[in-house]
Amino acid sequence: MAIADVKTAYERVQAARNGKRPMGSYYIEHMIDDFVELHGDRRFGDDAAIVAGVGYLNRIPVTVIAMERGDTIEERMKRNFGCPEPEGYRKALRLMKEAEKFRRPVICFIGSSGAYCGIEAEKRGQGLAIAENLYEMMGLKTPVISVVVGEGGSGGALALGVCDTAIMLENAVYSVISPEGCASILWKDASKAPEAAAHLKLTSYDLLKFDVVEKVIPETGKTDREICSALKAVLMTEITRLSQMTPEALLDHRYEKFRKIGG
Amino acid sequence: MSGLREFFSSLKGSPEQPPRTCKQCGTEIPYAEYVANHCICPQCGTYFRMRAVERLDETVDPGTFQEMDKKLKSKNPINFPDYAEKLEKAEKASGLNEGVVCGTAKIGGIDCGLFVMDSAFMMGSMGTVVGEKITRLFEKATASKLPVVGFITSGGARMQEGIFSLMQMAKVSGAVKRHSEAGLLYIAVLTDPTTGGITASFAMQGDIIIAEPKALIGFAGQRVIEQTTGEKLPAGFQRAEFQLEHGFVDLIEERSRLTYTLRKLLKLHQPHN
Ligand SMILES: [Zn+2]
Repeated sequence: MAIADVKTAYERVQAARNGKRPMGSYYIEHMIDDFVELHGDRRFGDDAAIVAGVGYLNRIPVTVIAMERGDTIEERMKRNFGCPEPEGYRKALRLMKEAEKFRRPVICFIGSSGAYCGIEAEKRGQGLAIAENLYEMMGLKTPVISVVVGEGGSGGALALGVCDTAIMLENAVYSVISPEGCASILWKDASKAPEAAAHLKLTSYDLLKFDVVEKVIPETGKTDREICSALKAVLMTEITRLSQMTPEALLDHRYEKFRKIGG
Repeated sequence: MSGLREFFSSLKGSPEQPPRTCKQCGTEIPYAEYVANHCICPQCGTYFRMRAVERLDETVDPGTFQEMDKKLKSKNPINFPDYAEKLEKAEKASGLNEGVVCGTAKIGGIDCGLFVMDSAFMMGSMGTVVGEKITRLFEKATASKLPVVGFITSGGARMQEGIFSLMQMAKVSGAVKRHSEAGLLYIAVLTDPTTGGITASFAMQGDIIIAEPKALIGFAGQRVIEQTTGEKLPAGFQRAEFQLEHGFVDLIEERSRLTYTLRKLLKLHQPHN
């Protein structure tokens, strides 16, 4: 796997976090036709760190749930730099249930340093919100495809990651802890993050090897538009394949996909 | 037979079991008195973190515990540096092969699946073995139509097992869901501390969630919140009482009454005929 050696793990972490890297909204804009954004968790509020709605992938109706950090500084403040609060996860779950009702596939775009860490988020049940998504997504009777497009940060990422097919862009990363967090715990020195990143095995090719993700979309030498088209083609294939399965087979397959990890 | 039993009896009343010292008030408590008082300081009422063996002894009907998957050990799946040594040290320090003890037992005469996490083994953190053992327990309980009682204490996912640790959150959640869909009861008992990926998965998936008084229960670490927001944390933040007030746990139960409450709840949930 020569391509994997082109960049160090930490270079990929930096690429995944790059402020110019396309996030959820980009893929919605360039991949989904007639997108209608749907807001709110019908409980407390609307979290701008998650953009969600319905539209068409080619001619197939889909529900899309995407983490989004925003481009301008104002937008990033509004979107909490892409770190979802409990309302974001609850909005996501509400719309996944709506998708299930209408037998519509769900596509999740993951790219965030993690769930928002704050006093109010704790008061409103950040842990519970993630726990409910993991639990409910395990039983969602419609195809779910998750695509890690940026940084897949821990439980906050997994809350959109319980799926039938997991896809990563080549320079996306997916980890239980940030390299900085890992380095500060292990060596009391966040500047050793590059070393931690290598040890954590968080690159797309690592996760492909571990069978945690099924597909990697190459980025090297490609434009954003080319990456987007390649991803779209894979999504089409997967949706077609998964849509042919009965709901029972789909759920068994999803259960087994996670069941075998570390078994 | 079981190494756990041997370890158990070596813990109890043996001369090498030193007295416990209360971190709050400094009282030295002879071990026999300590376990008789539910591992609570008789002087100031501070709850100590219970070892899995102490919890089992306190909770299950004598002689009914049958351990499952006791020998499972981590294979260091991402070959993380110094992790093998850390595991070895944790084994020696705790007398356990991993951070959770699973099995079946009777509680008040009712057959249950049981998992008890133990913070003496790497803070009860969840790697592949903890995830696998709890998953197997829920699968076994589903097949045998048993309720599950889980005593939870954990610092969260175990970073030394990388993405494999994270994925255990989803894996266990799937097994909890299947158990629930079979119409079976799961009682989660949250003890100090219950944090991170454990709060964000099976700790919050119980039909009934009981917390021990003052237990730290939350998702984000307190230092991380302070660093991220620059805000000072309010008194009692993320304690059991805070979680009760905000609606995330069903009840807080004194440790001395916990077994009694579990028996009542298990009895009430038994199938009618
Ligand atoms: Zn005391």
